[in-house]
Amino acid sequence: MADESANALPTTGEPMTDILTDESRPTPALQFRGVSMTFPDGTHALGETSFDVHPGEFVTVVGPSGCGKSTLLRIASGLTHPSTGWVTVERAGIGYVFQDATLLPWRTVMGNVELLAELEGLSKDETRRRAQENIDLVGLAGHENKYPRQMSGGMKMRASLARSLVLDPQVFLFDEPFGAVDEITRERLNDEVISLFMRKRFAGLFITHSISEAVFLSTRILVMSARPGRIIGEFHVPFEYPRVPDLRFEPAFGELSGEISHALRGAHA
Amino acid sequence: MSTVGRDVTRGPSASEERVDAIMAGSGIALGADPRATESVNPTGHNARGTLVSSIVGPLAFLVLFILLWEYFHRDGMRRFFDKPGFLLPSLATVFDQGFLDSVVRQQYITGIAWTTFAAVIGLSISIVVGIALAVVMAQARWMERSMYPYLVAAQALPVLAIVPLINSVFGGGMGARIFVCVMISIFPIVTNTLFGLTSVDTSMHELFTLRGVGRWTRLTKLQFPAALPSIFVGFRIAAGLSVIGAIVGEQFFRSGQKPGIGVVAELFRQKSRFPQLYGALIVAVLLGITVFFFFGVLRKLVIGRWYDDPT
Repeated sequence: MADESANALPTTGEPMTDILTDESRPTPALQFRGVSMTFPDGTHALGETSFDVHPGEFVTVVGPSGCGKSTLLRIASGLTHPSTGWVTVERAGIGYVFQDATLLPWRTVMGNVELLAELEGLSKDETRRRAQENIDLVGLAGHENKYPRQMSGGMKMRASLARSLVLDPQVFLFDEPFGAVDEITRERLNDEVISLFMRKRFAGLFITHSISEAVFLSTRILVMSARPGRIIGEFHVPFEYPRVPDLRFEPAFGELSGEISHALRGAHA
Repeated sequence: MSTVGRDVTRGPSASEERVDAIMAGSGIALGADPRATESVNPTGHNARGTLVSSIVGPLAFLVLFILLWEYFHRDGMRRFFDKPGFLLPSLATVFDQGFLDSVVRQQYITGIAWTTFAAVIGLSISIVVGIALAVVMAQARWMERSMYPYLVAAQALPVLAIVPLINSVFGGGMGARIFVCVMISIFPIVTNTLFGLTSVDTSMHELFTLRGVGRWTRLTKLQFPAALPSIFVGFRIAAGLSVIGAIVGEQFFRSGQKPGIGVVAELFRQKSRFPQLYGALIVAVLLGITVFFFFGVLRKLVIGRWYDDPT
């Protein structure tokens, strides 16, 4: 926090101008520039990191545990301030999917999905309409009145997805969201994310330590080193959307997974 | 276990259900029940389990209690304590000379009415003031640190020591009793509410932080509902204490001709009318049990739909 550059953190707009003049690409939805993080206890969690996520891109960060992957998301969303560097993003347009479903146990599925719109002060009708639309979208129609304690892990994650969709975010941050569910449920939820991505074309930043999940979902994969985390590899994923579950068994899929795995092994060294 | 080789397309058969229920009832934790991932049944008690836990068990203990009481009346008091049996009169005598005697019964009824009056008003004040205090303390760590010692002090202060003080401020009657009642019952409400308000899941807080909400919204939409289970724990403890507070209070502050059940009991004790004394005690105990269960039922009504009661 003592660092001067930290003060420049939420300045959306001004640094974007040079990006526009520098490159012919459209404005990135999310920019990291020289972002690093050292915690007050001295832990150097994240080394200097710079990358962009453009609209319509789905970027996944893979890396060993404790490499500061989640810290990236916390910085992007404003939950944490970086020690150095800055981030540009439209904060109001962020959807955040937590590691756990983080549903409020006293609210039904409907109540939970309505929450963010309600906090945003949208009208009751509009809130209900949007919630219903997104509940239908994630396949939870008919479960609107269930409480979290009555639902399985997979259903809760779906509700959590629907909740983040309600404000129609332009940038979607996923913090290892499917780590706690079983393999089959995880694959189904991955299909869900793919279809949401195709529909909404948001800019996605996904954190995971599952290589196959990363390859299946992303347009681009960033590999991070062990703590302090730095980006040590970048992979473009060539597969067309929609991606079908059987893609996981294509030779090209295995090949790319192998390369990433290799890069990750280097990350541990 | 019965789940091995279960056909996943059909539901669990009746016999498997029973095995699970028996195992659950015997306290064995079911490790990896495959159903836990897709269908969750939080009210997994079967009808028989409910019957045993709600009727048969308590009834058996009641019978045991009565038998023990009768034994001590007839023989135990002399054998173990070398005291005469009339110090613990037979329940039949208590019933006959206490509840069936219309004059005594009338004393019980007025007594319990006044005690209930003090307890209910005292508890209501404790609830309102206690929650308000907890909300204030939950706003900042320094406020909690500054206020907590006084709360502990109030809790530790013997009522007996400040009887003259209370007397001079609240008078010698109902007002003073209510004050004692509040003094004794407010502590668990503040501590449990504060615990509930401050131990909300970090991710849930972050969910609200991301939307940039203010204190009030965070309090009403997140902290307060999240604290409800703890708040009800506080209510339950405080309810019992408020009855104790009312009974303690009426011992010291008897003016106004409003004898509570504690005073009624005390008067019978002075006259060595032991059956009537025990009758009064039973009435007092019944009041305690009633308020305790009242809050149990209230909790079920308010949060039962979403909260699994661990007790």
